[in-house]
Amino acid sequence: MGIQGWTYVMVGLTFGVYITIAWLSRVKDTKGFYVAGGGVPPLANGMATAADWMSAASFISMAGIISFQGYTGAVYLMGWTGGYVLLALLLAPYLRKFGKFTVPDFVGDRYYSNIARLVALICAIFVSLTYVAGQMRGVGIVFSRFLEVDVNTGVVIGMVIVFIYAGLGGMKGITWTQVAQYCVLIVAFLIPAVAISVKITGVAIPQIGFGSTIISGPDAGKYLLDTLNQIGTDLGFREYTSAFGPGNRSMLDVFAMTMSLMVGTAGLPHVIIRFYTVPSVRAARLSAGYALLFIAILYTTAPAVASFARYNMVNTINEKTYAEAPTWFNNWETTGLIAWLDKNNDGIIQYRAGAAFVGKPSFTGALGTHGERSISNAPSSSTNELYVDRDIMVLANPEIAGLPAWVIALVAAGGLAAALSTASGLMLVIASSISHDLYYRLINRNASEKSRLAVGRVMIGVAVCVAGYFGINPPGFVAQVVALAFGLGASSFFPILVLGIFWKRATREGAIAGMVAGIGFTMLYIIQTKFLGVGWWFMDISPEGIGFIGMLLNFAMIIGVSLVTPAPPKEIQELVDNVRFPRGAGMAVDH
Amino acid sequence: MKEYWKQNLGYMIILLSIWALVSYGCGIIFVEPLNAFRMGGFPLGFWFAQQGSIYVFVILIYVYYLLMLRLDRKYDVDE
Repeated sequence: MGIQGWTYVMVGLTFGVYITIAWLSRVKDTKGFYVAGGGVPPLANGMATAADWMSAASFISMAGIISFQGYTGAVYLMGWTGGYVLLALLLAPYLRKFGKFTVPDFVGDRYYSNIARLVALICAIFVSLTYVAGQMRGVGIVFSRFLEVDVNTGVVIGMVIVFIYAGLGGMKGITWTQVAQYCVLIVAFLIPAVAISVKITGVAIPQIGFGSTIISGPDAGKYLLDTLNQIGTDLGFREYTSAFGPGNRSMLDVFAMTMSLMVGTAGLPHVIIRFYTVPSVRAARLSAGYALLFIAILYTTAPAVASFARYNMVNTINEKTYAEAPTWFNNWETTGLIAWLDKNNDGIIQYRAGAAFVGKPSFTGALGTHGERSISNAPSSSTNELYVDRDIMVLANPEIAGLPAWVIALVAAGGLAAALSTASGLMLVIASSISHDLYYRLINRNASEKSRLAVGRVMIGVAVCVAGYFGINPPGFVAQVVALAFGLGASSFFPILVLGIFWKRATREGAIAGMVAGIGFTMLYIIQTKFLGVGWWFMDISPEGIGFIGMLLNFAMIIGVSLVTPAPPKEIQELVDNVRFPRGAGMAVDH
Repeated sequence: MKEYWKQNLGYMIILLSIWALVSYGCGIIFVEPLNAFRMGGFPLGFWFAQQGSIYVFVILIYVYYLLMLRLDRKYDVDE
């Protein structure tokens, strides 16, 4: 059976499992719909959080980015894991004790204000929408390459599946499918990683393998990372393991970006909401530990995959004739994610530093002299002839290493699991923000349980359609879009949640001012630098790192404004005292 | 109860200092001097940035869980 046959089997099997789980975990009340009934065991919640968390960006794009950036890729590795320490120590136990359904619930009650609730719910929807846009592009890539269906058809299939389990089971359906999706995605990530590690270094643990020596070929006996540094120097790239320096991010920018991703992680509503589903404060602390453990399994493997992929790619393509190029090269050329422009007309592929040509490849439809797909882009001044989209590094890696067809199919199923699990978590946040926070809490306090559940399901449908739209009209490449969502998460929620718990004096006026200032500044900066062509005007910090400054601004505003406005009422101060002690957490309630 | 909260804050400050030290310290600010040392094929600073800091993060959360388990029992605020 070929790659495509296996892919149908793997994707079909996993989708069948998701649908079965959906049917078994269908719910009839809002508590099941919003917080899975509040009885999810810590281990299961850890897995669900990990799947919720690890998106198409983690699974598909991250190793690719590290592969091209070397050391600097660490901002994603540290940024997307370090936030869990903040969550476990500063937020999760207290928000669980507070025991309502959503993040705007906490903001609205703690800051005794429906305006604060409204601002929080707009922030939640905005952050989740930005984030979900990145996911569907991942689904599109997987479908177009592996199932050879039209991207749009693929996205629609994915959306229907998500709608079935999220609509039927709400948070409960999402939680248990995410447990299954975690298992699929981690197996799919580890099997090729281990196989490639053994092939290159003879060590079965990739985390150790990429610090070991190469066992065969021209570089036998040399350390893999030293060889990558050498390749970098030879072909005009930077050394793989060196930090900062010319052509790279500055130390301040690396610092700001890591902080922005960490704090953004701790402030993302779809992650926080997962800690409302466990039975107790103790379980919330423990499940944060499990979550990070399960995440770390992938996150410590990814940099190893990145270095193996880089080594393999350069070795199999560079200085080879087009006719010699392996089949995976042609497969990915067909999808438009690889392109070759023979600048010196020698028929040999030269891979060097710098962009091969201006912009994304635009194919003319004709074939060149060597059979390659011709492109009409203007060539750049560099000697590089090869365009490789970063997003394919993980997906193509097993093909590059020559692993069997079923492994390649498994990776496709894993990529889909990663994208769909995150998308469904985000859709629940969007749906609950509208149906619970807006409709029930702000518009109709007398809505019956049944009508609230119906509104929730309709909103899931709306969220699915929005996500589908982004899948068909994708913005940018996956990790970049996702990185922006973090800046917004960092600059809106994290400061007001932390101060809400640790500083009784924080007032309603402070919180509103903080959220508006934080997200306003961050959005302005991102829009200016990403879309309007303005330079990085604030201390040379990149738009990905600016959330850190937005967060500081948010903190400063809350503290400043709180000190000049009247202290919160006595019952709010008692509420803060109450969330600080675990006893009596009970089940989540909705009023 | 004030005592309980104070001890909780104490644990948090210690654990968060370690958190900052391994990631922002070893992985970013001191990455270049640390890269002069090697651990097998890894330059040490590079290893902290791409591997070591993540291992430490996982340990920190479990340590906090265990410390708080003891503290909750000691002050009789556990569930």
